[in-house]
Amino acid sequence: MKPGRLAPLIAPGVALGLWSLGGAVVFLSVLGPRGAALRQAVFQALEATWMVMFLWWLGAAVLLGWLAQRARHRLIVAPQRLLGAMRIAAADETMDSVPDIAHTPETQALAQEIDRLLGQRRALASYMARLVADASRSVAEQRDQLAALMTELDHAVVVCNREGRILLYNGRMRALARRISGRGGGDSAGAELIGLGRSIHALIDKAALDHALDRVEARIARGADGSAAAAQFVTASDAGHLLRASVAPVRRTDFAEMGGEADDSDGSDPEALTGFLLMLDDITEDHERQTRRDRALQDMYERSRAAVANMQAALDMLEYPDLGAADHDRFLSVIRDEVAAMHRRLLADEEAAAQDIGSRWPLHDMLGTDLLAAAVRRLAATAGAPITTQPMAQDLWLLIDSFGLIGALDHLARRILALHPDPVLWLRLTPAGPRAHLDLGWVADGAALDPRDYSALPDEPMAQPVAGALSVREVVDRHGGEIWLERERDSFGGSGGGRFFRLLLPRATADTAPPESAIGSRPEFYDFGLFAAGHASADDNRKLSELAFTVFDCEMTGLDPAGGDEIIQIGALRIVNTRILRGETIDQLVDPQRSIPEAGIAIHHITPQMVRGQPAIAEVLPVFHRFAADSVLVGHNIAFDMRFLKLKEAATGLRFDHPLLDTLLLSSVLHPAEDSHSLEAVAARLGVEIGARHTALGDAIATAEVFVRMIPLLARQGIETLGQARAASDRSQFARLRY
Amino acid sequence: MTHTVLIADDEPNIVVSLEFLLKREGHRVLIARDGAEALAMIRAERPRLVLLDAMMPGLSGFDLCETLRSDPALAGTRIVMLTARSREADQARAMGAGADAFVAKPFSTRDLAARIRGLLA
Repeated sequence: MKPGRLAPLIAPGVALGLWSLGGAVVFLSVLGPRGAALRQAVFQALEATWMVMFLWWLGAAVLLGWLAQRARHRLIVAPQRLLGAMRIAAADETMDSVPDIAHTPETQALAQEIDRLLGQRRALASYMARLVADASRSVAEQRDQLAALMTELDHAVVVCNREGRILLYNGRMRALARRISGRGGGDSAGAELIGLGRSIHALIDKAALDHALDRVEARIARGADGSAAAAQFVTASDAGHLLRASVAPVRRTDFAEMGGEADDSDGSDPEALTGFLLMLDDITEDHERQTRRDRALQDMYERSRAAVANMQAALDMLEYPDLGAADHDRFLSVIRDEVAAMHRRLLADEEAAAQDIGSRWPLHDMLGTDLLAAAVRRLAATAGAPITTQPMAQDLWLLIDSFGLIGALDHLARRILALHPDPVLWLRLTPAGPRAHLDLGWVADGAALDPRDYSALPDEPMAQPVAGALSVREVVDRHGGEIWLERERDSFGGSGGGRFFRLLLPRATADTAPPESAIGSRPEFYDFGLFAAGHASADDNRKLSELAFTVFDCEMTGLDPAGGDEIIQIGALRIVNTRILRGETIDQLVDPQRSIPEAGIAIHHITPQMVRGQPAIAEVLPVFHRFAADSVLVGHNIAFDMRFLKLKEAATGLRFDHPLLDTLLLSSVLHPAEDSHSLEAVAARLGVEIGARHTALGDAIATAEVFVRMIPLLARQGIETLGQARAASDRSQFARLRY
Repeated sequence: MTHTVLIADDEPNIVVSLEFLLKREGHRVLIARDGAEALAMIRAERPRLVLLDAMMPGLSGFDLCETLRSDPALAGTRIVMLTARSREADQARAMGAGADAFVAKPFSTRDLAARIRGLLA
């Protein structure tokens, strides 16, 4: 046995022996002279029996030691171990039993009870996790569906909270915003007026919007619901575009249905307006077209009146009985002349009107073979029999509303089947100059019906209006086309007695390709968390996880702005609610209007040729300033970039007085022991891969990813708000260095 | 009684009928194709009556009418405005410019001849 284990075992015995010995010494000494005989007798007895006495003591000491050990283990050690195990199990939710410890029967029973409770906790946790996962999946699906729906909408849609901060928008909204802000593909393209967390008032006049919202609230107060509460208005953008806007309310209850977390804790009205949905149409073109149409109509009236006046006057003259032959011919010629001119004008007006109708109805390019295939499928289902088609050119493109057209063909087929049982239906598509002939024909046995039975079919009301059109002719009219009934002359379709409806349709040409057919993929998402956000301005007391940030980086001609070095590239992107918005970026080369040193080109690879023709910094900075509005500027070693920006304040009239955060300083706060806080080193530490180093946007993206990963790490150090992050940065040793 | 009458219209097909009509009424007929030519001819020939098309290229009928009315030397000239626009605003404009009569196209030549006779009486 090791001395270390022996000592506690015999310690109680030694203590007891020493205590007994001490007692005997005290007893014998207090007897004084009277105890001399007794002492004599005791010493004599001990002399004879000390070995027995020692062994007795040793046995008692060991026994006592063992008992004390057992008692300690039972009463102190085992409960302590159980307590430690319980603490571990309490901290680790995945544990469903306490670790194996040296049990006593009591702690064993206690541990079993604890295991049972842990098992229940585990089951409850997994049940809760399942519920949360199901709910999250359902919410995610709904959000995805909503996002997909928004993408497909023909309208520009944006959802905002009550303050006008944008929570969601679709691709058409972004395209519209670009168009009306004059940034569609221009030199400064890439900067957006629209973006999550931004204010809609940059696009829509605040007063007009507030007025519409007041009307919406008044209608809700009167008990109006849904679309009945919506308000419409027309406003003009700064660039003169006419926008028709429809504002519909989003209430607390609507928001909860959208998948947001409706917070009822403040006890406010669940029907209260928490935001609004804004649908925008750019009606500038419509308005111009309408104006053109009105003018053309007015012009037509006037020309017709003049022409009728000329003919009327000439006819009046012809009525004079004594008119000479020469005068007679002259007045006849006036009338012929006017009739011919009127005919020419009518044809031109008709063509213009047809084009106008075509341009008003959304037609799209479609390959003729695709249209025929789709029509054959639909008609075969209607007729319950295969439809014959004739071979056709493979590259015949049409400009059509395929949904409406196939619906119209289906209606015709149904009516033909009703008039003539078991006919053989056929389809044919042939080019005809700038148009195409789409023929729906039939061959039927038995007595031929009077053509008049069929000829009215295009004009009769359809059982179900197709895409808003009430008759087949209306569908055809939308194409600026025509429809008529013809007799089949060749043998196509069997016997020669067949008839067909011919639809005259426009062909697609290179310049009729639909604009904006592809507006990017998904919209840049949505952030319903912003519903809960109150005012989104940067605030020292607000959490980093709730703020909007603009992360940016610049490439320069050199390192000395005061010495004439200039910015040659700006890259920026935004972070809202800790999410990096990759769709909202600036990636802009800038003409420095000076030479670029070779040494710099080796780093940033931006050559003088690349910046030639690019906008100057005076044009780019206002765009960047708008982009960064209401946000915290973030950069890596941001003081360097800020020196360049600050030097431009006087020239551009812009103030870059945003709150700033520097990922270099924050890195030194998080990892004070590290030597390097370069962007590469910080990114490597945080597991961020840098894509395109030393391009402004590439560095800005890396900085953004680094920053987003820093937010939870900072929170662990108790740095949660902007103010705390700024204070910690200021305290960092790097902040004392001058750049 | 024979008067000198000027037709100012850029539409030859109406001019030919009006010229025939007025000649049959026994008047001497002058023809101008636009406003500026009409103004020069009026100043030179002093016609008793002017048939003015409202919408001529260059100097319009309305403008010409106002110019004539602002010239005291031409105060006695009768002015008939012809127009293919029938809007009330045009009629009001013509009368405001000082026209004696306003005739909307199309019109009956008989009625027009009667109006002219009335104005020349």
